[in-house]
Parts: sequence; C-alpha cells; structure tokens
Amino acid sequence: MSTLGIYIHVPFCGKKCGYCDFYSLRYSADAAEKYTAAVIRNLEYYSDRERIVDTVYFGGGTPSLLSAAQLGSIISCIRERFLVDDNAEITLEANPGTLTPEKLRQLRKIGINRLSIGVQSLNDEELQLLERTHTAARAERAVREAFSAGFENISCDLMIAVPGQKTESVERSVIRLTELPIKHISAYILKIEEGTPFHKTGQERLLPDDDTAAEMYLHAVKLLESQGFLQYEVSNFALPGYESRHNCRYWKCMAYLGIGPSAHSYTGGVRFAVKSDMQAFIDSRVQPVYITDETPGSFEERTMLRLRLREGIDLRETGSHREKIEKNIPDLIKAGYIIRRGENISLTPEGFLVSNAVISRLIF
Amino acid sequence: MANEKIRNFCIIAHIDHGKSTLADRILEKTETVAIRDMEDQLLDNMDIERERGITIKARAVRLKYTAKNGEDYIFNLIDTPGHVDFNYEVSRSLAACEGAILVVDASQGIEAQTLANTYLAIEHDLEVVPVVNKIDLPSADPDRVCGEVENVIGIPAMDAPRISAKMGINIEDVLERIVTDIPAPAGDPDMPLKALIFDSYYDSYKGVIIYVRVKDGKVKIGDNIRLMATGAVFTVVEAGFMDASSLVNNGSLEAGEVGYIAASIKSIGDTRVGDTVTNNDAPCDEPLPGYRKVNPMVFSGIYPADGAKYGDLRDALEKLRLNDASLSFEPETSIALGFGFRCGFLGLLHMEIIQERLEREYNLDLITTAPSVIYKVTLTNGEIQYIDNPTNYPDPAVIQSAEEPMVKADILSPSEFVGNIMELCQDRRGIFKDMQYLDDTRVDLHYELPLNEIVYDFFDVLKSRTKGYASFDYEMLGYTPSKLVKLDILLNGEVVDALSFIIHADKAYARARKIAEKLKENIPRQLFEVPIQAAIGGKIIARETVKAMRKDVLAKCYGGDITRKKKLLEKQKEGKKRMRQLGTVEVPQEAFMSVLKLDS
Repeated sequence: MSTLGIYIHVPFCGKKCGYCDFYSLRYSADAAEKYTAAVIRNLEYYSDRERIVDTVYFGGGTPSLLSAAQLGSIISCIRERFLVDDNAEITLEANPGTLTPEKLRQLRKIGINRLSIGVQSLNDEELQLLERTHTAARAERAVREAFSAGFENISCDLMIAVPGQKTESVERSVIRLTELPIKHISAYILKIEEGTPFHKTGQERLLPDDDTAAEMYLHAVKLLESQGFLQYEVSNFALPGYESRHNCRYWKCMAYLGIGPSAHSYTGGVRFAVKSDMQAFIDSRVQPVYITDETPGSFEERTMLRLRLREGIDLRETGSHREKIEKNIPDLIKAGYIIRRGENISLTPEGFLVSNAVISRLIF
Repeated sequence: MANEKIRNFCIIAHIDHGKSTLADRILEKTETVAIRDMEDQLLDNMDIERERGITIKARAVRLKYTAKNGEDYIFNLIDTPGHVDFNYEVSRSLAACEGAILVVDASQGIEAQTLANTYLAIEHDLEVVPVVNKIDLPSADPDRVCGEVENVIGIPAMDAPRISAKMGINIEDVLERIVTDIPAPAGDPDMPLKALIFDSYYDSYKGVIIYVRVKDGKVKIGDNIRLMATGAVFTVVEAGFMDASSLVNNGSLEAGEVGYIAASIKSIGDTRVGDTVTNNDAPCDEPLPGYRKVNPMVFSGIYPADGAKYGDLRDALEKLRLNDASLSFEPETSIALGFGFRCGFLGLLHMEIIQERLEREYNLDLITTAPSVIYKVTLTNGEIQYIDNPTNYPDPAVIQSAEEPMVKADILSPSEFVGNIMELCQDRRGIFKDMQYLDDTRVDLHYELPLNEIVYDFFDVLKSRTKGYASFDYEMLGYTPSKLVKLDILLNGEVVDALSFIIHADKAYARARKIAEKLKENIPRQLFEVPIQAAIGGKIIARETVKAMRKDVLAKCYGGDITRKKKLLEKQKEGKKRMRQLGTVEVPQEAFMSVLKLDS
C-alpha cells in the first residue's frame, strides 16, 4: 500500500510579518470555524482508505491560532478517512505567543507529536525588526513549556542574514537555541521577496551582502553540527533520527496532499495547487485547484530536489545523464562544492549555499 | 539622340547638406516622377541609407529636361556613395560623368567628405558646378560659403545658384547650369564597344544588372559582351536606362549614354566596378584606365550568438554578397565562439552596415570580434606574411619586423575644437602634417594616423569631442614599420582566441588594464573564481579576478511548493544558452561586446 503525507495550510495570522510572502489573512474566530469545516469537507472528498498516511503537517500562516478542538476535529477526520500509521509524524507550526501550558497539553492530547516553533531569532532587536510579536525570553519559555507538556520532538526556526545582523548575533542565537530541549532546527537565509512590505520599504539595502551572509550561514552550520545537529538538507538540521519526515517527502518526490488555500500537492501523477483564495475555499464543496505540472518527476526535477538532501544522489540511478554529470564532478569536488563516496555524490555546506548553480552545472 | 543633348553628372555633398533632396527636386522639375508618386528622397532606396541619411550604393536615373532655349535635353543623374569606404566606387561613378554639382550647406560650409570628393572630381576632369543650398535657414551665410569654395577649392563660386532644395527655391537655375556648364559627352558610336561598369546589383529574375557608361561604340540585345577584367562572356538580354522607378528596356545603348545591361549574369563577382565591357566579337584594344580590384581593409570575426544559427548566418552573408562584391567572408572557427566567418570590409562604415543589415534584415543576434587591419610581417627567414586575424600572428621570436597600414586623415572642424582634436589624434599615435584656416572660424587639419587606431571608435570620439561638428575623411597611405605586439586575454589561464588583438606596444598596457576591468564588470560571479589576465607573449601585464559566487540558493521550499524552483531551473537552462562555455568559465555574450567599446 502506498503512503501519503497530508499538508494542511492554515492561512491565519495575528499579524503579518513584513518579510512574509505566504498566503495568510488576519485571524477571525468566524473564519476559522468556516475554514475548519471546509478542511473537513475536503478530507472527506479525498478520503482514501487504501493510503497509509504517515505524516501530517499543519503549516501556515499560524496554525496554532486554531483551537485545539478545531485541530482535533481535523486530525480525527484524517484518522477516519485514511489509514494513519501508528508512528505518524503529526507536526504543528506554532508561534511562541500562541502557546500556553494549557493549550500545549490539549495539543499533545489530540495527537500532535511534533511542534515547529517560529522562534526566528533570540535577539530582541532582530525580532522587533522582523515584526515578530514575541521576545527571545517568551520564545525560550514556550519551548521549555512545550517540552514539559510532553512534546519530545520540537523544531525551531531560525533566520540568518536578517537586515543589520552581525555574525556574533547569529552565533548567540544558535548557541542559545541548541541549549533548549529541541531536536530539530530549520535555519533559513532570509530572502526578501517582491511584493512584501520589506521589499517596498527597501529593507534589501540593509541585508548583509552575499559574502557576509555566506559566512554567517557556514558559521551556523559549523556550530550546529558541533552540537550534534547534523545538516540533512540545505536549511534543515536535526539530531540523528529527528529529520522531518514530512519535509523529506518533498525532496524525495513522494506523494503529498495539500489542503487549504495555496496548498500544493503531488499525487495522482500531477502537481497541483489550491487557489490562494480563502473565500473560494470556504464556499466550494471541493477546493478549487489548478495543475502546476502535468508531467512531474523529470530527471532534472528529481535530481534538483534530491540534491537538496545531504544524502545526495546515487550515480547508478542517473541513467543516460551519468556521463554528463561525471564530466562536471571533478571541478566541483576540487572547489569543495560536492563530495563523492563511491557511487554517491552530495553537496557540502559550501555547495548548498550555491546549490542553484551547482545543480544547474551538474545536470545541464 | 545626338550627344550634344546629353548631360551626365553627379551630385557631391556632405551628409545632410541636401543631396537627396536636391535630386528629388530635379526629378520633380523634370517631371520624371509625378509628384504624387514621390517618396521622400527617391534615390536612396535602402532602409539603412535612409535612416543614416547616406547613400551606400550608386544609382543612375535618366531625366528629360526642356531648357529655356527650347531644346530637349537628356540628363543622366548618377548618384554616388558619399563615404570614404566607397572611395573607389565614387571614383568610378565620377568617371562616368562629365560634370558634378557640388552642394554646399549655406551655413555649415565645406566638410571633409565634400572636399575629398570634389578633389576626386577635379582629378577626373569633371566640370564642378557649385550650388549653395539651404539659403532659407536663418543661419545661412551664402557669401561666406561661396568665398570658402573659392578659397579652398579654387573654383569661381560667387555666381553659384543659391537655392533651397527643401523649399524648391531656384531649382531651375541648377538645371540651366547643367545645360550650359557641363559639357556634352564625347565618344564615337562607330568605334568598338567600350563601356565602364560603375555599379551593379543582383536581381532575382534578371540576374546581375550592370550600370554602364558607354564611352565608345554601341551595345544592343543579342550582342555578345565580354567583361575584360574577368574575361567572362555573356549575351545581352536587355539594354536600356532607368527612369525614377524602373528599368526601361529600349534595346540598345550607344556612346555618351548611361544605362543598364542585363545578360543573365549569375554572379556579381563577375561584374567588377571599374571593369570595361566590350563586344566579344569586335573587341576594343584596351580597357578603360583606372580599374582595380577592391580589397577589404578591415576584418572582423562575425559569429552567431546562438551557435545553431551558423547556417542562417552563412545564408544571410551569401545573400548580401549577391549585391555587394566588396564583402568578403570565409568560414572561421574560434575556440571561444564556435563557428563563424572572418569578414573583410572596405572600411568601418561598410562593416557597420553589414552588421546592421545582418541583425536587422536577417534577424540574427551576432557576436563580433574586434576589427583588425592587415599587418605586414617580415619573418626572420625573409618570408612576408599579411595578417588580418590576430590568431594567426606569428610568434615574436620569428618576426624580424612588422608594419601597419597608415591613412592620411583630413579633419574639418570649427577652430574652437582644435585642441581637442589634436589631443585625440596624438593619443591615437597621429603625426601632425599641417593645419589651414578655411576662414576665421573653421580649420582643416591633416594627420597621418595608423588605420588600427581609427577602426574602433575614432569617429565616435571625434564627434563627441567636437560636439558633432567635425567631419572626417581618410585615404590609404601604405605601410609603415611599427612596434606591434599581440595582446592575449586569458580567462582561468586559457587564452580566449576571440579576444586577442594586435596593438602598438606603447598602448598595450593601458588597453590591457581597461579590457581586464571591462571583463570583470561583465562576467558574472560564478561557481569558480575567474582570473582574468592580459598577456603579451608569456608575460602577464594586467590582472583582475571575478570572485567566486557565495550565495545562490532557494533556502525555502515551503509546503511542497516547488514551482519557484522549477521556474529557476528553466531560467538557468535558458541562460545557459546565452553563455559561452570556455573551460569552466561561462562568459555572457555582452562580455565579448563590451571590450569593443572601451571608451564609452
């Protein structure tokens, strides 16, 4: 029987951050209720008792704005409509400010077993600049309380190269994070996307330059690895055995079903996405989707995604492309961008930093 | 018609001084064209000519004029190319005429080009009829300009017609002067045929059409003609003249007349401008004097930006050559640029025109290498080599001496810019010859300049340093010994053949530094550090480095949305096509072009 990951996009935020370009709306209790009903309707529609669901991921937005009852009804519905694996990884993204000891206990109770907490930084000035509503202390408290409430598998987000940032500050945030009872860290280099308030206000000028950002990233990688958080993907680090199983589905071209406005799916031989339109999502019996790729799974696509993982690719699986790839390997090894172990090649931290160019060089 | 009623003439004028406008007025006045059929500037019928306001290919047209004396005259107006690149073609057009109308702008006066062509006309014993144009302009000063013509050229000009071609003022005066001042053609129709080819073009139905001036004898349909330089023999299919819009096949031409011949000629290479047409069955003893084969002076490599377009480029060049025997090209391969062509041009303008036509008319995206002149190299074993491609420049160890072509340059300018011009010429290794004041405000400077110093951007810089006022003309002088070196550009330690060029040793360092800087600006950071070096022989004389890129990553790939990554992948695939892969270095085509424009 084939497996499936389910992604639920919860597009509510208390307040939108200036750098964010995901689809999200201001939270309202009424909309949240209607939204929850629509999610359940869709789960019923996609219902498949032949599929083993081994990961569920609530992403956002700020999914922790939904009540435990709303989240619980969604999880129950998934359990009814799919075969949920006993060891399924069920993740909820959460903002520190939304987590109270009471809510944490409820979340654990409804079956959520992994929290991804949007810490982003442990420097209050940076948090303010990023327009986050929490402080460093609040974030640390949330993590500790979550651990006390029984969350053994906690991930924290960290942002690298935010406007005005210094390497020392990244270092302090990393050290303080690794002292918390967590198993996983997602460390992203901030990119200011077009159309975001940060873009409009010219924050780009305040970003550390490419060389500085690269130094920060490599420094963070080194620190994290020294604390046992191994880099298993471009932006993800985990203690052994705690890699995000859901996210790995993306890199390994495994099936996932996305529900909610702007959610993406890869199942049934196509990639498709839900329109970024909350009203349409609430009003439709079945969420309105459009196909983003009718012929997914090309060699280029698979390789590009696979190479984001530390485990890399097996040259024996590259078929007719092998010759071209082999030709480019020596230069890339010499420059320190990739390493080769027998038939396996993978990117180094330096390689991940310029992975667009490295991958393009390998496969084109 | 009797010869005494024929007038063969051309018009000499500087760009924008109104040659085409005057030609149009003459056509209009002689009712060769109904006014409603007139397009602006009829004689120039190539797009680029029209846009640049210059005439590239000569054309000839027959007009009928009833003079004030009541007699009907036949005018053959032969249009001449105005630019020095086509100097030889101009001289052949002049050789087809008995007179020339010299058009001078009433406010700007004589320009370098006008001067050069007028001297050429006088050399050919043409009767020069000065005409002062644009008298309607507020800044017109016809008395001063007439004085200038008398002083500089040495022909009487005070009674020259003062006209406005644009406004149609005093055009009849010009027509009457043609009748009274320009001699009728001489020539004997009973002698063996002797006709001068002064232009030709390819017509897809009739083959090559040759424009001729019959000096002696006659030619008619069915005659076997021989083109004396090439020895090719053809049978005449059509003979006649051109009215303003089409060929009129009236079956024959005779001494004194100007017209065209069609004889199913397949290749324009057979019909060389300046050659003599004679009757194959009753040939003349000697061809007309003055013929020479036109040799290209400036060479450059032309490559398709997209290697797959090589075939298209070849087809386009072949089509252009159908009409332009002076364009030469042969296949060339570059390690950097792949397959392309080494093209030879008469001069800079010719080169620009060809490039522009390839890009515009044939929709090709081109990479052009730095223009080169022909260097003369004497090897230690006594062998002499002519080098038009830096790639073939011999090893300095076997070179005994090297020579480069020089030109005699004539620059006319308002006197306030003399300092700037002298500075420029000095910078370009010019040797000052002399300077004359044409009047209180205008000077005529003579310099000897190496041709390789003017093939890049001399004219552009001259224009910008004189606010556009200076005019410039040059003619070949021959070779002079020179301290030449071959400058190589290395990327990542490898010589990029397409970027090599030959340069005077004293200028090598400065140019090497500039090129290295330009390349650094134009080569994007990539996975590997790219050392840029400029070297003479094995010696590095300039160095820059494009640092390796540090960050090129999509950090997030949220919620399984990989559309952005896919788009990036597509973009990279596309971008790759516009890059030239040199070893591990990817070089955008802009980088190749940027080093050709160092001063801008």
